[in-house]
Amino acid sequence: MKVLILGANSDVAEALASLLAQKKHELFLAGRSEEKLSALKNDLEIRFECKAHNLHFDALDFDSHEQFYNSLPEKPDWVICAFGLLFEQDQAEDNLKLAMQSYKVNFLGAVSIIDIIAKDFATRKSGVIVGISSVAGDRGRGSNYAYGSAKAGFSAYLSGLRNKLNTYGVHVLTVKPGFIKTKMTDHLKLPKLLTATPEQVARKIEKAIRRKCNVIYVKWFWRYIMIVIKLIPEPIFKKLSL
Amino acid sequence: MTIVSNWSNYPKVNSKLYGITSKAELSQKLKLNGDYIVRGNGRCYGDASLNDSILSCLPMNKFLSFDTETGIIEVQSGVLLDDILKVTVPKHWFLPVTPGTKFITIGGAVASDVHGKNHHLEGSISNHIISLEIMLADGSTVSCSRTNNKDLFWATCGGMGLTGIILSVKFMLKPIKSAFIAQKSYKAQSLDEILELFERTSGSTYSVAWIDCLKGGKHFGRSLLFTGEHYDPESGKVKLKEPFKTHSDPIINIPFNFPGIALNKYTIKLFNMVYYNKLMGSSKESIDHYDPFFYPLDAILNWNRMYGKRGFTQYQFVLPISEKKGLEKILRRIQSEGMGSFLAVLKVFGEQNDLISFPMKGYTLALDFAIHPKLFSFLNELDEMVLSYGGRIYMTKDSRMNKDFFWKSYSRLEEFVEIIKKYNPEAKINSLLSKRLEII
Repeated sequence: MKVLILGANSDVAEALASLLAQKKHELFLAGRSEEKLSALKNDLEIRFECKAHNLHFDALDFDSHEQFYNSLPEKPDWVICAFGLLFEQDQAEDNLKLAMQSYKVNFLGAVSIIDIIAKDFATRKSGVIVGISSVAGDRGRGSNYAYGSAKAGFSAYLSGLRNKLNTYGVHVLTVKPGFIKTKMTDHLKLPKLLTATPEQVARKIEKAIRRKCNVIYVKWFWRYIMIVIKLIPEPIFKKLSL
Repeated sequence: MTIVSNWSNYPKVNSKLYGITSKAELSQKLKLNGDYIVRGNGRCYGDASLNDSILSCLPMNKFLSFDTETGIIEVQSGVLLDDILKVTVPKHWFLPVTPGTKFITIGGAVASDVHGKNHHLEGSISNHIISLEIMLADGSTVSCSRTNNKDLFWATCGGMGLTGIILSVKFMLKPIKSAFIAQKSYKAQSLDEILELFERTSGSTYSVAWIDCLKGGKHFGRSLLFTGEHYDPESGKVKLKEPFKTHSDPIINIPFNFPGIALNKYTIKLFNMVYYNKLMGSSKESIDHYDPFFYPLDAILNWNRMYGKRGFTQYQFVLPISEKKGLEKILRRIQSEGMGSFLAVLKVFGEQNDLISFPMKGYTLALDFAIHPKLFSFLNELDEMVLSYGGRIYMTKDSRMNKDFFWKSYSRLEEFVEIIKKYNPEAKINSLLSKRLEII
């Protein structure tokens, strides 16, 4: 398959790119940093002898999205939307610009490019769209709602898109990872049971594409944690520090 | 802030840890206030890659180029030897030098100028490096080699990360005819016998010995010597099913810290007895995969936890080749103290006379000791002995030597410090080790 990865340099995207390269898919790696993209491309070609291409893509530059997709040398079969902006809530409160940035990247940017791709997939009556959202979007919490509400919007968008494209044979997958352990934090103590490695997330996504899943939580109990969190009545929820 | 410690779990420090993902980000970071040290996979034993702020090069883990015809490879500094082997072995190339674990980054390997079982013939890793790309403290990128910015090159090989941040390493791989090693094991009943065996097998590409340091009496210094050659299935008798098979992931994990008492004089004596007598005759030959030959301990994930939560230290020293008597005296002192070490590795190094690298022609012995109250005064005593025989200690393994001893034992330190001052003038890049030893 030809796979377009938007935000190819995130930890999860890199792990997924490695996995897909191993399975001999052809990769179109899109992102902002030419330096990181070309390192990734070389790396995948050397490790897995796969075909990979680099493309400049800026999620925030909405006006460029149409042009970006139209100028692709070949149209993808699958698209993975992996870019995102994560930060601390108190940073966003001090800095309204950062909160706005979060909406622009995590919601508007994603919607802007996926809409364009979805149209093409609908005409071709095939394709897979994978959106990496977050458990943080399941219910707004005081500790990260600038991020969470953007991801909530994105999750709702993906759900609507899935509903609409169902009859066109286009598969839309929503991925909700919980904590992700990055390479650098390998030795740190994150709650082990709740934390997934980027490689685990990647394997889960690849499997979910094959099985045509709709919404996946990377570690299964996140689904139940979030059900419980969603069930707490608002009068009680507002008093909790979550 | 997070608690970070290296392989020996000692010392543990509270640090801010940042991942480096690109040159652009790194140079931004270096423009901010504060001082930093870079860290790889945390397999050095002591405090060399610890500081209040740490830059992790693990996200910089990309292969940049690999020419399967010439064996020249260039990788970013955060690539693990483990990854390199997985890529190069199927193409019939091997690491030119490898230490006893493959879970180290190539950047760390250069900063420590690591040696392996082939040091007596092929030198340390710096011997095989073509060029390095380094980001200096001011955020600029320079490349260096034996001919270009050579002062920077020599101060970076074995320089413990103090000259700048190693971004990528270009080096020469070694051609192999299979992923297997023709191994020979020999039993030596005494120290004299093992040193004689080293001499007799000095033509072997790989050689290393395990020594029982708790054994006194007439079997004092009893050892097992292991030698090896890359196996060529065309000339050898053994047919291989998969001649270029790579290694698999570790299977055994030590999930928690053992109680401090688990490794004591008696358990170690018992282990030594079993291990020594496992080799039945006086020698044995076999064809083994490179993984158990080079990396026996890599099969057990987190083996460092066997030393308990207080951690341990590795004491690795080298003595000049003329100091055979000195080696014996130090071993006797260790034996009489009853300070057994589970892992005790003896090796004869070949010639090396670099600026700051650890190896020199002579004997090197590495011992692991669990941290306990009496340990440090005993090691200080050993330091005195090492110094009196003209030896020195491997910084990569160290967390406790004092600066006076250090400055007396490395002969070209002043030159080294001059070069650091030239490239890292404000000491923006420094580590707990460089502060402890007052290098900068």
